[in-house]
Amino acid sequence: MTDSTMAVPSTMGAFISLIKRDLMLSYRHRNELLNPLLFFVIVVTLFPLGVSPEKILLQTMAPGVIWVAALLAAMLSLDTLFKSDYEDGTLEQMMLSPHSNAVLVLAKITSHWLVTGVPIILLAPLLGLFMFLPGDGIITLMLTLLLGTPILSLVGAIGMALTLGLNRGGMLLSLLVLPLYIPVLIFSANAVDASMAGLAIKGQLYFLSALLVLSITLAPLAAATALKISVE
Amino acid sequence: MTDAVAGLHLKSVSCTRGYRDLFTDLDFKLCPGQVLRVEGKNGSGKTSLLRIMAGLAQPLEGEVLWQGRKIHHAESDYFQNLLFLGHRAAIKFELSPIENLCMAKSLYGSKTENGLEEALYQVGLYGFEDIPCARLSAGQKRRVALAQLFLTRAKCWILDEPYTSLDVAAVALLEKLFTQHIDDGGMLVITSHQPVTLQAGEQHRLVLPKTQLEQLV
Repeated sequence: MTDSTMAVPSTMGAFISLIKRDLMLSYRHRNELLNPLLFFVIVVTLFPLGVSPEKILLQTMAPGVIWVAALLAAMLSLDTLFKSDYEDGTLEQMMLSPHSNAVLVLAKITSHWLVTGVPIILLAPLLGLFMFLPGDGIITLMLTLLLGTPILSLVGAIGMALTLGLNRGGMLLSLLVLPLYIPVLIFSANAVDASMAGLAIKGQLYFLSALLVLSITLAPLAAATALKISVE
Repeated sequence: MTDAVAGLHLKSVSCTRGYRDLFTDLDFKLCPGQVLRVEGKNGSGKTSLLRIMAGLAQPLEGEVLWQGRKIHHAESDYFQNLLFLGHRAAIKFELSPIENLCMAKSLYGSKTENGLEEALYQVGLYGFEDIPCARLSAGQKRRVALAQLFLTRAKCWILDEPYTSLDVAAVALLEKLFTQHIDDGGMLVITSHQPVTLQAGEQHRLVLPKTQLEQLV
């Protein structure tokens, strides 16, 4: 018995190789990844054209516009999270692994964040400049995105896992997930506003960090349970 | 863990699809060294039964026990000893056979003495290990999934139509592997529309929707 349990690779090993596999898959599907990012960039760049190129106006709108675009882009990208695994049966096999499903789900969410969240964070300063955000504002924007985008991936994973078995789950997904995204949006956009006004942003960042810790702890468990139901 | 409860035990399991009963009060025990062939028409619930046995689906009534414990309480032990291959090949078409196996290995573990290349060699995919699975034929894709059988230490194999799109040589190879598995004290549950000829173990047949087991050998 001890002999057989020793040969099973560690959960950490499975976690890392699942992340590696997902990153490799994303790399071979580069085009799919580009869509949400293009959406993010296009939405933000259209605002000056559509509203007004006035500096003051754009500056006031910038935190909200960039965050709303990031949030919608994150939601668009959720589709790739479990769908292909569900369709080709690898998700089923994942559920039958002796490792904790929550850990494997966390691996999938992590790699999803690496390929969707991180590019959004990296693109944000460029778009911030576009919208005349001052230096302080850009730094805060990146900080809030750094804390916020993982929450979007984690919470989105629960919604995606719940709607996986449904044919047209897209609408339901937004209904489920958007209300949970709203606190992130409010605190993040508010933090960027406050930093531009020279006010303290500690409170908002603490709140976002708390939300992040909460969702890292609970979301993988919830998503793993939801996946079990969806696979059935 | 006494021998009396070794193996997989289905206790009065029932299953429905929609409003239709597929089977009711299915009760049997699968012990080491035994083979169960599940047969029946299309839609008679073969796959549903296999998914219930693998713990992927919940039965309407009844329970599935592994070594005397409910599978949901013995998940980690059961899943270490279970190899389930369903209708879908569960391989990633974008990845090469070797990358697919590498993933499977890190999820379930494998015999240390059997390398990934060797497993691919066994299923006749030597020389194809670095080609994306999307470019392989249907039978070759199936062989990638079946290569897992050469890697696993699992005692209980649950295979849903493993012969689909395989050629005669591959079927013969699988049967040899099954025989060896049974001789080593493994368990095998298999559905197939093709005849299965195994020279090993105690073989039972279940023809759904009947719930009586027939002993063959």
